[in-house]
Amino acid sequence: MKKCLERLYNGLLKENPVLVLMLGMCPALAVSTRALNGIGMGLSTLAVLVLSNLIISCLRKVIPDQVRLPAYIVIVASLVTVTQMIIEAYLPSLYDALGLYIPLIVVNCIILGRAEAYANKNKPLPSVMDGIGMGLGFTAALTIAGALRELLGNGTIFGAQVMPEAYEPMVIFIQPPGAFLIFALIIAVMNAIGIKTRQRQLVESGCDGNCALCATACESKNPEEQKKGGAEK
Amino acid sequence: MNKSLIMIIVAGALINNVVLNQFLGICSFLGVSKQMKASISLGGAVIFVITIASAVASLLYDFILKPLGMEFMKTIIFILVIAALVQIVEMFLKKKSPAVYKSLGIYLPLITTNCAVLGVALTNVQNGYNFIECVLSGFGTAVGYTIAIVLLAGIRSRINEKDIPAPLRGAPIVMIAAALMSIAFMGFGGLSF
Repeated sequence: MKKCLERLYNGLLKENPVLVLMLGMCPALAVSTRALNGIGMGLSTLAVLVLSNLIISCLRKVIPDQVRLPAYIVIVASLVTVTQMIIEAYLPSLYDALGLYIPLIVVNCIILGRAEAYANKNKPLPSVMDGIGMGLGFTAALTIAGALRELLGNGTIFGAQVMPEAYEPMVIFIQPPGAFLIFALIIAVMNAIGIKTRQRQLVESGCDGNCALCATACESKNPEEQKKGGAEK
Repeated sequence: MNKSLIMIIVAGALINNVVLNQFLGICSFLGVSKQMKASISLGGAVIFVITIASAVASLLYDFILKPLGMEFMKTIIFILVIAALVQIVEMFLKKKSPAVYKSLGIYLPLITTNCAVLGVALTNVQNGYNFIECVLSGFGTAVGYTIAIVLLAGIRSRINEKDIPAPLRGAPIVMIAAALMSIAFMGFGGLSF
Protein backbone atom coordinates (compact mmCIF):
# COMPACT_ATOMS: atom_id res chain seq x y z
CA MET A 1 0.00 0.00 0.00
CA LYS A 2 2.87 2.33 0.89
CA LYS A 3 4.47 1.64 -2.46
CA CYS A 4 1.24 2.56 -4.23
CA LEU A 5 1.00 5.92 -2.42
CA GLU A 6 4.66 6.54 -3.15
CA ARG A 7 3.88 5.99 -6.87
CA LEU A 8 1.09 8.58 -6.72
CA TYR A 9 3.33 11.15 -5.03
CA ASN A 10 6.09 10.39 -7.51
CA GLY A 11 3.85 11.01 -10.51
CA LEU A 12 2.13 14.11 -9.15
CA LEU A 13 5.11 16.02 -7.79
CA LYS A 14 8.54 14.44 -7.68
CA GLU A 15 8.64 13.29 -11.29
CA ASN A 16 5.75 15.28 -12.73
CA PRO A 17 5.88 14.20 -16.38
CA VAL A 18 5.34 17.65 -17.89
CA LEU A 19 6.91 20.07 -15.45
CA VAL A 20 9.89 18.02 -14.28
CA LEU A 21 10.60 15.33 -16.87
CA MET A 22 9.49 17.53 -19.82
CA LEU A 23 7.67 14.63 -21.48
CA GLY A 24 4.45 15.00 -23.43
CA MET A 25 5.02 18.68 -24.09
CA CYS A 26 3.21 18.63 -27.44
CA PRO A 27 -0.33 17.96 -26.16
CA ALA A 28 0.40 19.99 -23.02
CA LEU A 29 1.19 23.11 -25.03
CA ALA A 30 -1.49 22.55 -27.63
CA VAL A 31 -4.66 21.84 -25.65
CA SER A 32 -4.11 24.00 -22.56
CA THR A 33 -6.08 26.89 -24.09
CA ARG A 34 -8.91 26.29 -21.59
CA ALA A 35 -8.98 24.57 -18.20
CA LEU A 36 -11.72 22.20 -19.37
CA ASN A 37 -9.70 21.06 -22.39
CA GLY A 38 -6.74 20.43 -20.07
CA ILE A 39 -8.84 18.17 -17.83
CA GLY A 40 -10.32 16.35 -20.84
CA MET A 41 -6.94 15.70 -22.43
CA GLY A 42 -5.40 14.77 -19.08
CA LEU A 43 -8.11 12.24 -18.25
CA SER A 44 -8.04 10.67 -21.75
CA THR A 45 -4.28 10.24 -21.44
CA LEU A 46 -4.71 8.90 -17.89
CA ALA A 47 -7.15 6.25 -19.12
CA VAL A 48 -4.84 5.13 -21.92
CA LEU A 49 -1.81 5.20 -19.64
CA VAL A 50 -3.42 3.11 -16.88
CA LEU A 51 -4.74 0.48 -19.31
CA SER A 52 -1.50 0.29 -21.32
CA ASN A 53 0.55 -0.04 -18.11
CA LEU A 54 -1.82 -2.80 -16.92
CA ILE A 55 -1.73 -4.74 -20.21
CA ILE A 56 2.01 -4.38 -20.73
CA SER A 57 2.70 -5.35 -17.13
CA CYS A 58 0.52 -8.48 -17.51
CA LEU A 59 2.23 -9.41 -20.78
CA ARG A 60 5.75 -8.50 -19.67
CA LYS A 61 6.87 -12.15 -19.61
CA VAL A 62 5.18 -13.01 -22.93
CA ILE A 63 6.47 -10.21 -25.18
CA PRO A 64 9.94 -11.05 -26.57
CA ASP A 65 12.53 -8.41 -25.78
CA GLN A 66 13.56 -7.70 -29.39
CA VAL A 67 10.09 -6.71 -30.60
CA ARG A 68 8.84 -5.07 -27.42
CA LEU A 69 8.62 -1.53 -28.81
CA PRO A 70 6.44 -2.42 -31.84
CA ALA A 71 4.29 -4.54 -29.50
CA TYR A 72 3.86 -1.62 -27.09
CA ILE A 73 2.99 0.72 -29.95
CA VAL A 74 0.27 -1.63 -31.21
CA ILE A 75 -1.21 -1.98 -27.72
CA VAL A 76 -1.19 1.78 -27.15
CA ALA A 77 -2.55 2.55 -30.63
CA SER A 78 -5.46 0.14 -30.12
CA LEU A 79 -6.30 1.69 -26.74
CA VAL A 80 -6.13 5.18 -28.22
CA THR A 81 -8.47 4.22 -31.07
CA VAL A 82 -11.00 2.87 -28.58
CA THR A 83 -10.68 6.03 -26.42
CA GLN A 84 -11.13 8.21 -29.48
CA MET A 85 -14.32 6.38 -30.48
CA ILE A 86 -15.73 6.66 -26.94
CA ILE A 87 -15.01 10.41 -26.76
CA GLU A 88 -16.51 10.93 -30.23
CA ALA A 89 -19.67 9.10 -29.20
CA TYR A 90 -20.28 10.53 -25.73
CA LEU A 91 -18.42 13.88 -25.56
CA PRO A 92 -18.65 15.39 -29.07
CA SER A 93 -17.80 18.93 -27.89
CA LEU A 94 -14.59 17.73 -26.23
CA TYR A 95 -13.83 15.71 -29.38
CA ASP A 96 -14.08 18.86 -31.49
CA ALA A 97 -11.95 20.90 -29.07
CA LEU A 98 -9.12 18.34 -28.85
CA GLY A 99 -9.30 17.26 -32.50
CA LEU A 100 -6.05 15.88 -33.85
CA TYR A 101 -4.46 15.61 -30.42
CA ILE A 102 -6.57 12.59 -29.38
CA PRO A 103 -5.04 10.18 -31.95
CA LEU A 104 -1.67 11.76 -31.19
CA ILE A 105 -1.82 10.30 -27.66
CA VAL A 106 -0.18 7.29 -29.37
CA VAL A 107 3.10 9.15 -29.76
CA ASN A 108 2.93 10.80 -26.32
CA CYS A 109 6.36 10.08 -24.87
CA ILE A 110 4.88 9.63 -21.36
CA ILE A 111 3.03 6.44 -22.33
CA LEU A 112 5.88 4.61 -24.06
CA GLY A 113 8.27 6.02 -21.47
CA ARG A 114 6.33 4.57 -18.53
CA ALA A 115 5.90 1.25 -20.35
CA GLU A 116 9.62 1.02 -20.91
CA ALA A 117 10.75 2.44 -17.57
CA TYR A 118 8.21 0.92 -15.18
CA ALA A 119 5.48 -1.39 -16.47
CA ASN A 120 7.71 -3.98 -18.13
CA LYS A 121 9.64 -4.53 -14.89
CA ASN A 122 6.89 -4.42 -12.28
CA LYS A 123 3.75 -6.25 -11.20
CA PRO A 124 0.33 -5.14 -12.52
CA LEU A 125 -0.91 -3.35 -9.36
CA PRO A 126 2.08 -1.00 -8.88
CA SER A 127 2.07 -0.42 -12.64
CA VAL A 128 -1.57 0.67 -12.53
CA MET A 129 -0.79 3.00 -9.61
CA ASP A 130 2.18 4.37 -11.52
CA GLY A 131 -0.14 5.04 -14.46
CA ILE A 132 -2.65 6.80 -12.20
CA GLY A 133 0.08 8.90 -10.57
CA MET A 134 1.68 9.93 -13.85
CA GLY A 135 -1.73 10.52 -15.45
CA LEU A 136 -2.84 12.72 -12.54
CA GLY A 137 0.44 14.64 -12.70
CA PHE A 138 -0.14 15.24 -16.40
CA THR A 139 -3.78 16.26 -15.78
CA ALA A 140 -2.76 18.61 -12.97
CA ALA A 141 -0.11 20.34 -15.08
CA LEU A 142 -2.50 20.74 -18.03
CA THR A 143 -5.34 22.00 -15.87
CA ILE A 144 -3.20 24.56 -14.04
CA ALA A 145 -1.72 25.82 -17.32
CA GLY A 146 -5.16 25.80 -18.95
CA ALA A 147 -6.72 27.74 -16.05
CA LEU A 148 -3.93 30.34 -16.11
CA ARG A 149 -4.17 30.80 -19.87
CA GLU A 150 -7.96 30.99 -19.76
CA LEU A 151 -7.82 33.50 -16.88
CA LEU A 152 -5.32 35.81 -18.57
CA GLY A 153 -6.51 35.36 -22.12
CA ASN A 154 -10.26 35.28 -21.62
CA GLY A 155 -10.92 36.43 -18.04
CA THR A 156 -12.66 33.15 -17.15
CA ILE A 157 -11.90 29.84 -15.44
CA PHE A 158 -13.89 26.75 -16.50
CA GLY A 159 -16.06 29.17 -18.48
CA ALA A 160 -17.11 31.19 -15.40
CA GLN A 161 -16.30 34.92 -15.43
CA VAL A 162 -13.64 35.61 -12.81
CA MET A 163 -11.98 38.85 -13.83
CA PRO A 164 -13.92 42.12 -13.38
CA GLU A 165 -15.78 43.53 -16.38
CA ALA A 166 -13.16 46.23 -16.89
CA TYR A 167 -10.43 43.63 -17.47
CA GLU A 168 -9.19 43.67 -21.03
CA PRO A 169 -8.26 40.03 -21.89
CA MET A 170 -4.70 39.47 -23.12
CA VAL A 171 -5.62 37.39 -26.14
CA ILE A 172 -1.99 36.43 -26.75
CA PHE A 173 -2.24 33.93 -23.88
CA ILE A 174 -4.81 31.74 -25.61
CA GLN A 175 -2.86 31.94 -28.85
CA PRO A 176 0.18 29.71 -29.55
CA PRO A 177 2.88 32.04 -28.09
CA GLY A 178 1.00 32.15 -24.77
CA ALA A 179 1.44 28.38 -24.38
CA PHE A 180 5.22 28.67 -24.50
CA LEU A 181 5.18 31.68 -22.15
CA ILE A 182 2.92 30.13 -19.50
CA PHE A 183 4.83 26.85 -19.40
CA ALA A 184 8.15 28.73 -19.27
CA LEU A 185 6.88 30.73 -16.27
CA ILE A 186 5.42 27.69 -14.45
CA ILE A 187 8.68 25.76 -14.84
CA ALA A 188 10.68 28.83 -13.78
CA VAL A 189 8.58 29.16 -10.60
CA MET A 190 9.08 25.46 -9.84
CA ASN A 191 12.82 25.87 -10.43
CA ALA A 192 12.92 28.88 -8.10
CA ILE A 193 11.22 26.88 -5.33
CA GLY A 194 13.55 23.94 -6.03
CA ILE A 195 16.65 26.11 -5.82
CA LYS A 196 15.51 27.59 -2.48
CA THR A 197 14.86 24.18 -0.89
CA ARG A 198 18.16 22.86 -2.22
CA GLN A 199 19.98 25.83 -0.71
CA ARG A 200 18.35 25.17 2.64
CA GLN A 201 19.40 21.51 2.44
CA LEU A 202 22.95 22.54 1.61
CA VAL A 203 23.08 24.96 4.57
CA GLU A 204 21.87 22.18 6.86
CA SER A 205 24.49 19.82 5.48
CA GLY A 206 27.32 22.23 6.29
CA CYS A 207 27.72 24.20 3.05
CA ASP A 208 27.78 27.97 3.55
CA GLY A 209 24.84 28.32 1.14
CA ASN A 210 26.80 30.51 -1.18
CA CYS A 211 25.85 28.35 -4.15
CA ALA A 212 23.37 30.98 -5.35
CA LEU A 213 26.35 32.93 -6.63
CA CYS A 214 27.85 29.88 -8.30
CA ALA A 215 26.61 29.43 -11.85
CA THR A 216 27.06 25.68 -12.11
CA ALA A 217 25.67 24.75 -8.72
CA CYS A 218 22.00 25.36 -9.30
CA GLU A 219 21.77 23.56 -12.63
CA SER A 220 22.89 20.08 -11.67
CA LYS A 221 21.12 18.20 -8.93
CA ASN A 222 24.06 16.02 -7.96
CA PRO A 223 26.39 17.74 -5.48
CA GLU A 224 29.33 15.65 -6.74
CA GLU A 225 28.82 17.02 -10.24
CA GLN A 226 28.65 20.54 -8.85
CA LYS A 227 32.06 20.17 -7.28
CA LYS A 228 33.54 18.80 -10.49
CA GLY A 229 31.94 21.55 -12.57
CA GLY A 230 33.26 24.18 -10.17
CA ALA A 231 36.77 22.72 -10.26
CA GLU A 232 36.87 22.75 -14.05
CA LYS A 233 35.90 26.39 -14.11
CA MET B 1 2.44 24.71 -61.20
CA ASN B 2 -0.91 25.35 -59.70
CA LYS B 3 -1.25 28.30 -57.30
CA SER B 4 -3.08 26.30 -54.63
CA LEU B 5 -0.30 23.71 -54.63
CA ILE B 6 2.27 26.42 -53.87
CA MET B 7 -0.07 27.68 -51.17
CA ILE B 8 -0.09 24.22 -49.54
CA ILE B 9 3.70 24.27 -49.23
CA VAL B 10 3.83 27.88 -47.93
CA ALA B 11 1.00 27.26 -45.49
CA GLY B 12 2.70 24.13 -44.18
CA ALA B 13 6.12 25.74 -43.83
CA LEU B 14 5.31 29.23 -42.56
CA ILE B 15 1.67 30.06 -41.83
CA ASN B 16 0.74 26.91 -39.90
CA ASN B 17 4.27 26.20 -38.75
CA VAL B 18 4.18 22.70 -37.34
CA VAL B 19 6.23 23.46 -34.24
CA LEU B 20 5.44 27.06 -33.36
CA ASN B 21 1.77 27.05 -34.27
CA GLN B 22 0.57 23.46 -33.92
CA PHE B 23 2.97 22.22 -31.20
CA LEU B 24 3.93 19.00 -32.95
CA GLY B 25 7.43 17.61 -32.49
CA ILE B 26 8.15 19.79 -29.44
CA CYS B 27 10.21 17.09 -27.71
CA SER B 28 12.90 16.98 -30.38
CA PHE B 29 12.53 20.74 -30.98
CA LEU B 30 13.56 21.47 -27.39
CA GLY B 31 15.89 18.49 -27.04
CA VAL B 32 18.00 18.54 -30.19
CA SER B 33 18.29 22.30 -30.76
CA LYS B 34 21.27 22.51 -28.39
CA GLN B 35 23.62 22.09 -31.34
CA MET B 36 23.36 23.67 -34.75
CA LYS B 37 24.88 20.72 -36.62
CA ALA B 38 22.58 18.13 -35.08
CA SER B 39 19.58 20.37 -35.79
CA ILE B 40 20.41 20.58 -39.48
CA SER B 41 20.93 16.80 -39.72
CA LEU B 42 17.67 16.11 -37.91
CA GLY B 43 15.86 18.60 -40.15
CA GLY B 44 17.12 16.78 -43.24
CA ALA B 45 16.07 13.39 -41.91
CA VAL B 46 12.64 14.71 -40.92
CA ILE B 47 12.04 16.21 -44.39
CA PHE B 48 12.90 12.82 -45.90
CA VAL B 49 10.77 10.72 -43.58
CA ILE B 50 7.71 13.00 -43.46
CA THR B 51 7.54 13.34 -47.25
CA ILE B 52 7.71 9.59 -47.82
CA ALA B 53 5.43 8.83 -44.86
CA SER B 54 2.73 11.20 -46.15
CA ALA B 55 2.93 9.60 -49.59
CA VAL B 56 2.68 6.04 -48.27
CA ALA B 57 -0.04 6.92 -45.76
CA SER B 58 -2.08 8.65 -48.47
CA LEU B 59 -1.86 5.63 -50.79
CA LEU B 60 -2.72 3.19 -48.01
CA TYR B 61 -5.71 5.25 -46.89
CA ASP B 62 -7.15 5.79 -50.37
CA PHE B 63 -6.63 2.31 -51.78
CA ILE B 64 -6.82 -0.03 -48.80
CA LEU B 65 -8.52 1.48 -45.75
CA LYS B 66 -11.24 3.42 -47.58
CA PRO B 67 -12.48 0.62 -49.90
CA LEU B 68 -12.59 -1.74 -46.91
CA GLY B 69 -14.44 0.82 -44.78
CA MET B 70 -11.82 0.63 -42.03
CA GLU B 71 -11.06 4.33 -41.63
CA PHE B 72 -11.04 3.97 -37.85
CA MET B 73 -7.91 1.82 -38.12
CA LYS B 74 -5.91 4.75 -39.52
CA THR B 75 -4.03 5.62 -36.31
CA ILE B 76 -2.80 2.05 -35.83
CA ILE B 77 -1.91 1.53 -39.49
CA PHE B 78 -0.13 4.89 -39.86
CA ILE B 79 2.06 4.49 -36.79
CA LEU B 80 3.11 1.02 -37.95
CA VAL B 81 3.88 2.36 -41.44
CA ILE B 82 5.98 5.16 -39.95
CA ALA B 83 7.89 2.77 -37.67
CA ALA B 84 8.57 0.40 -40.55
CA LEU B 85 9.53 3.26 -42.84
CA VAL B 86 12.05 4.71 -40.41
CA GLN B 87 13.55 1.24 -40.08
CA ILE B 88 13.82 0.84 -43.86
CA VAL B 89 15.32 4.31 -44.32
CA GLU B 90 17.83 3.49 -41.62
CA MET B 91 18.87 0.21 -43.27
CA PHE B 92 18.99 1.81 -46.72
CA LEU B 93 21.17 4.72 -45.59
CA LYS B 94 23.44 2.39 -43.63
CA LYS B 95 24.18 0.41 -46.76
CA LYS B 96 24.13 3.06 -49.50
CA SER B 97 25.61 6.14 -47.84
CA PRO B 98 27.27 5.43 -44.49
CA ALA B 99 28.43 9.07 -44.23
CA VAL B 100 24.88 10.43 -44.03
CA TYR B 101 23.89 7.58 -41.73
CA LYS B 102 26.69 8.44 -39.33
CA SER B 103 25.87 12.13 -39.24
CA LEU B 104 22.24 11.41 -38.30
CA GLY B 105 23.12 8.93 -35.58
CA ILE B 106 20.51 8.41 -32.90
CA TYR B 107 18.11 10.99 -34.33
CA LEU B 108 16.98 8.74 -37.15
CA PRO B 109 15.24 6.04 -35.05
CA LEU B 110 13.80 8.74 -32.78
CA ILE B 111 11.78 10.16 -35.67
CA THR B 112 9.24 7.36 -35.11
CA THR B 113 8.06 9.02 -31.92
CA ASN B 114 8.11 12.51 -33.43
CA CYS B 115 4.44 13.44 -33.35
CA ALA B 116 4.88 15.72 -36.36
CA VAL B 117 5.09 12.68 -38.66
CA LEU B 118 1.88 11.04 -37.47
CA GLY B 119 0.25 14.44 -37.11
CA VAL B 120 0.86 15.38 -40.75
CA ALA B 121 -0.39 12.03 -42.03
CA LEU B 122 -3.60 12.36 -40.00
CA THR B 123 -4.18 16.02 -40.95
CA ASN B 124 -3.77 15.22 -44.64
CA VAL B 125 -6.41 12.51 -44.44
CA GLN B 126 -8.70 14.78 -42.42
CA ASN B 127 -8.42 17.53 -45.05
CA GLY B 128 -9.20 15.03 -47.83
CA TYR B 129 -6.03 15.82 -49.80
CA ASN B 130 -5.22 13.78 -52.90
CA PHE B 131 -1.87 12.07 -53.40
CA ILE B 132 0.08 15.07 -54.78
CA GLU B 133 -1.35 17.44 -52.20
CA CYS B 134 -0.40 15.00 -49.42
CA VAL B 135 3.21 14.80 -50.59
CA LEU B 136 3.49 18.58 -50.94
CA SER B 137 1.90 19.30 -47.58
CA GLY B 138 4.21 16.75 -45.95
CA PHE B 139 7.22 18.35 -47.61
CA GLY B 140 6.12 21.88 -46.66
CA THR B 141 5.48 20.92 -43.04
CA ALA B 142 8.86 19.24 -42.74
CA VAL B 143 10.59 22.31 -44.20
CA GLY B 144 8.77 24.42 -41.62
CA TYR B 145 10.03 22.10 -38.88
CA THR B 146 13.60 22.42 -40.15
CA ILE B 147 13.38 26.23 -40.34
CA ALA B 148 12.08 26.42 -36.77
CA ILE B 149 14.64 24.05 -35.23
CA VAL B 150 17.61 25.62 -37.05
CA LEU B 151 16.52 29.13 -36.01
CA LEU B 152 16.12 28.04 -32.39
CA ALA B 153 19.54 26.35 -32.43
CA GLY B 154 21.04 29.66 -33.58
CA ILE B 155 19.26 31.59 -30.83
CA ARG B 156 20.32 29.06 -28.19
CA SER B 157 23.98 29.29 -29.15
CA ARG B 158 23.73 33.01 -28.31
CA ILE B 159 21.67 32.50 -25.14
CA ASN B 160 24.32 30.14 -23.72
CA GLU B 161 26.80 32.99 -23.40
CA LYS B 162 24.45 35.28 -21.49
CA ASP B 163 23.94 35.69 -17.76
CA ILE B 164 20.40 34.46 -17.14
CA PRO B 165 18.55 34.48 -13.77
CA ALA B 166 18.99 31.04 -12.18
CA PRO B 167 15.33 29.89 -12.22
CA LEU B 168 15.06 30.64 -15.94
CA ARG B 169 18.12 28.61 -16.92
CA GLY B 170 17.59 25.57 -19.09
CA ALA B 171 14.09 24.88 -20.39
CA PRO B 172 12.26 28.11 -19.39
CA ILE B 173 14.49 30.52 -21.31
CA VAL B 174 14.36 28.27 -24.39
CA MET B 175 10.57 28.26 -24.22
CA ILE B 176 10.49 32.05 -23.88
CA ALA B 177 12.67 32.25 -27.00
CA ALA B 178 10.24 29.86 -28.73
CA ALA B 179 7.33 32.10 -27.64
CA LEU B 180 8.96 35.13 -29.27
CA MET B 181 9.61 33.08 -32.44
CA SER B 182 6.00 32.00 -32.39
CA ILE B 183 4.85 35.64 -32.19
CA ALA B 184 7.08 36.42 -35.17
CA PHE B 185 5.65 33.52 -37.14
CA MET B 186 2.11 34.73 -36.41
CA GLY B 187 3.00 37.57 -38.79
CA PHE B 188 2.94 35.07 -41.66
CA GLY B 189 -0.79 34.68 -41.01
CA GLY B 190 -1.37 37.70 -43.23
CA LEU B 191 0.34 36.00 -46.16
CA SER B 192 -1.84 35.14 -49.13
CA PHE B 193 -1.45 34.61 -52.87
